[in-house]
Amino acid sequence: MLSLVIFLPLVAAVVLAVARGLPDAVARWAWVGVALVEVLLVGVLWARYETPAAGTLAFDEQVEWIPGLGASYHLGLDGLSLPLMALTAVVFAACAVYALRESTRPRSQAALFCFLQTTCLGLFAAADLIVFFLFFDLSIVGMYFAIAGWGHGNAQKSALQFFLYTFLGSLGLLLGFIGLYVASGTFDMVALAADPPLVGTGVTGGLVLAAVLVGLAVKTPTVPFHTWLPPAHTDAPAVGSAVLAGVLLKMGTYGFVRIAMPMLPDAWRSFAWVVIAVGVVSVVWGALVALAQTDLKRMVAYTSVNHMGYVVVAVGAAGVVGGSAEEARALAVTGAVTQMVSHGLITGALFLLAGVLHRRTGTYEMSRFGGLAGRAPRYAALFAVAAFASLGLPGFSGFVAEVQVFAGSIAAVPWTAVALVGILLTAALFLRALQRLLTGERGPASAAFADVRGSELVAVAPLLVLATLIGVLPRPLLEVVEPASRAVVALVAR
Amino acid sequence: MAGSMSMGSDVVAVLPEVLLLVGALVALVGGSFTPREQQWRVRLVTVAALVASAVAAGFGLASPAGPVFSGTYDVDTATGVVRLVVASSTLLVIGLGVEEVAGHRQESETYALLLLSSTGAVVLGGAADLLVLVVAFLLGSIPLYALVGQARTGAAAEGAMKTYLLGALLGIVLMAGVTVLLGVGGGEAGYAGLTAALAGAPAGAVAAGAVAVLVGLMFKAGGVPGHFWVPDAAQGASVTAAAFLTTVPKVGALVAVFRLVEAMPAAVDVQLVVAVLAVASMTLGNLAALGQTAVRRLLGWSTVSQVGYLLLPVAVVGRTDLAEPALLFYLAAYAVTNLTAFAVVAALPGRESLEDYRGLGRAHPCLAGALLVSLLGLLGTPPTSVFLGKLLVATAAWDGGAGWLAVVLVVNTVASLGYYLRWCAPALTFATPVDRSPTVRRWAFQAATLGGVSSILILIVVSR
Repeated sequence: MLSLVIFLPLVAAVVLAVARGLPDAVARWAWVGVALVEVLLVGVLWARYETPAAGTLAFDEQVEWIPGLGASYHLGLDGLSLPLMALTAVVFAACAVYALRESTRPRSQAALFCFLQTTCLGLFAAADLIVFFLFFDLSIVGMYFAIAGWGHGNAQKSALQFFLYTFLGSLGLLLGFIGLYVASGTFDMVALAADPPLVGTGVTGGLVLAAVLVGLAVKTPTVPFHTWLPPAHTDAPAVGSAVLAGVLLKMGTYGFVRIAMPMLPDAWRSFAWVVIAVGVVSVVWGALVALAQTDLKRMVAYTSVNHMGYVVVAVGAAGVVGGSAEEARALAVTGAVTQMVSHGLITGALFLLAGVLHRRTGTYEMSRFGGLAGRAPRYAALFAVAAFASLGLPGFSGFVAEVQVFAGSIAAVPWTAVALVGILLTAALFLRALQRLLTGERGPASAAFADVRGSELVAVAPLLVLATLIGVLPRPLLEVVEPASRAVVALVAR
Repeated sequence: MAGSMSMGSDVVAVLPEVLLLVGALVALVGGSFTPREQQWRVRLVTVAALVASAVAAGFGLASPAGPVFSGTYDVDTATGVVRLVVASSTLLVIGLGVEEVAGHRQESETYALLLLSSTGAVVLGGAADLLVLVVAFLLGSIPLYALVGQARTGAAAEGAMKTYLLGALLGIVLMAGVTVLLGVGGGEAGYAGLTAALAGAPAGAVAAGAVAVLVGLMFKAGGVPGHFWVPDAAQGASVTAAAFLTTVPKVGALVAVFRLVEAMPAAVDVQLVVAVLAVASMTLGNLAALGQTAVRRLLGWSTVSQVGYLLLPVAVVGRTDLAEPALLFYLAAYAVTNLTAFAVVAALPGRESLEDYRGLGRAHPCLAGALLVSLLGLLGTPPTSVFLGKLLVATAAWDGGAGWLAVVLVVNTVASLGYYLRWCAPALTFATPVDRSPTVRRWAFQAATLGGVSSILILIVVSR
């Protein structure tokens, strides 16, 4: 079942890539069809999901692959991965609908994004480090082509920079994986989490963790490894940005909770303060730099650094075991996972909305707009909802996530309260963006601005509806996440 | 009687080698009696010999015969893999070279030389005796000089000259090393007895001899310090010869190095020398490749760096069980991936510089796909087989107590991104294609597709 969910888009990708004579319209709708089937399939998974017993995975699948290396084709889900699988399906479906108006090589684009969806789903379901790494690297290759092939501006250069940076990070990750294997004799993630190697080895454990952390930090990205992100987003196509920010960034933070924390608990506890510090700096720095942007898409990109920073702070705080209650640390981890989902939905929507601007006017420069509220009320409403959700207003998913992150983190490590500054700054910058775009005099680019309609509305609205639903009724999500975060916290405390 | 009996079964045990040699002789002699437009018959004979050899190798691999000919030759798993890889690689080389070689006035000679050099490579890999090693070295090298020079251009002549001079020089170094080892080991030439025979010998002399043999073998492997000929030959020779000489000799030579290091006494740390050569090969190969704009020269330097990666498991021989499977798997993966890259070059005659590949993705999507798979493969990205090869060699190095080599490998991989991407990226942009050759060579095209597919399949069906 799980393999089917993962590889169905790949099959679609191959068919789309091979069928050269396929009319563009058919290709676009085929992608929408596949993406919707995926949403349905993941929905079925969610409905049939029951929290697995400690140390096991739901929908477990294992096939012998490279026994000589202790690696197997092993998949499974738990409360950390299932929400991200669902997020992936939803974001890709939104992108498929949004791309219905794509005119540049729609068939190739559909094939590429179906391929990307397989890599994302596969990564979140992987229960073997080699399988994880395989999908991790393939996602980089796929995104490279998405930016280089459909981007604008300086797309080639940005794509190359993205590839170089994240590939470098992935090699760090690989080194760390090899270190884990040499110490344990297996690449199986379940086995490694159950019986972590390198406990009490001091330097070796620290080095392996450092290698893994660098790999994940580049992907997340955190300061100081974030410099690839703004150019990549600015020059990527709207759907590329939505997938990159909505799903691909989560691979980094997911790696923290899935790999670094349970498999290197000893080293994680020793270096938790480094993680927290990096997180706090990311939060504040990301927000400050975002505040200084005049380009809307660049601004949203920097807020991603800020939002991912909260996740890093939370997982770092979960590693500070002495003097804090286990509940607080579990709360922080739950907040981190919720934040991943929330950020995926909201930023996906924001990037698609930024894409609407570019479609109409060819620019993201905020000073060229203004007064859009009168000219395009639906666009203004969507953008306002997305902006308020992103700055963490109560009633939206971002609030649920950030409250948990801070409640948990501050209980464990009081000085993480410094990161609260980030919330203030994001609030300020989003309000200013709203003001510049929607109110005031009509700018030169607003004059002939047509309101969102049809496919654009259908693509963006569900993302925001989901973000609101999670904000109002978070229980269904939290019930899935909470047992898994308690398990992670228990594993780190060993 | 017993002697002749065992001699007979020994010959059966080396049937794959015999088939290659017989094929070479038939091609050579038969070729002189075949009219030029009928030379495809010779190609058929060559292909038949290679297929038969591969099949025989498959049977041999299923039940390895062990040491034969009084222990001078070892028919074990490693030899089995070398036989299979060499035979299939040479088949792929012939496939990608059909259009280039067909109708050439020396078509049958080319096939004979390919088969002879293949035989040399296989015997080099199976040799368990210093003297057999020397013979195999010569058998494998001499046809190479002719293969490089066959193109009859100025660049080919220069490449052949360089190959010849370096081969002669390092051949002498190899023989000198063998002489020293024979001298201090009391005339013991077989690897089985060599470890014990050298245990009491002066460590300095053993080290000098071992290093000399090692350096000689580096000529065949195309690694530092015997690498100077590789870029020139890859650039100057025909694509067929270039594909062959950057792939097949390495297979035999690296397994030979493995056996040699295994046979050295523990008192002499040959592994450290190998580690240094590995680092030098990958670093130099990558740095030199970074500045290249000619595709074949770039591939030539890239193979130098690949030898560096391949030497990693050799540097931890005897210190981890992973060393041998890692080396053998990487060799197989490398052979098919490298040949895929050359097959793409062969399919698009006239495209010599990186710039000529701009927009290939639009004009020939299938070839661009094969190029992508092969270059990402050489880089070591999943899902290509070299990824697993790199993972295995890095793991073997770390497991064998040389974790720093794994780090060097990773750093070098990052450096190699620079040139693999410089080729790949313009080829896959949707820019207007540079249309240098509207006609694609069909056979080479098939070879590229086959290579690209198998480069991924090897990873999926690996069953070791």
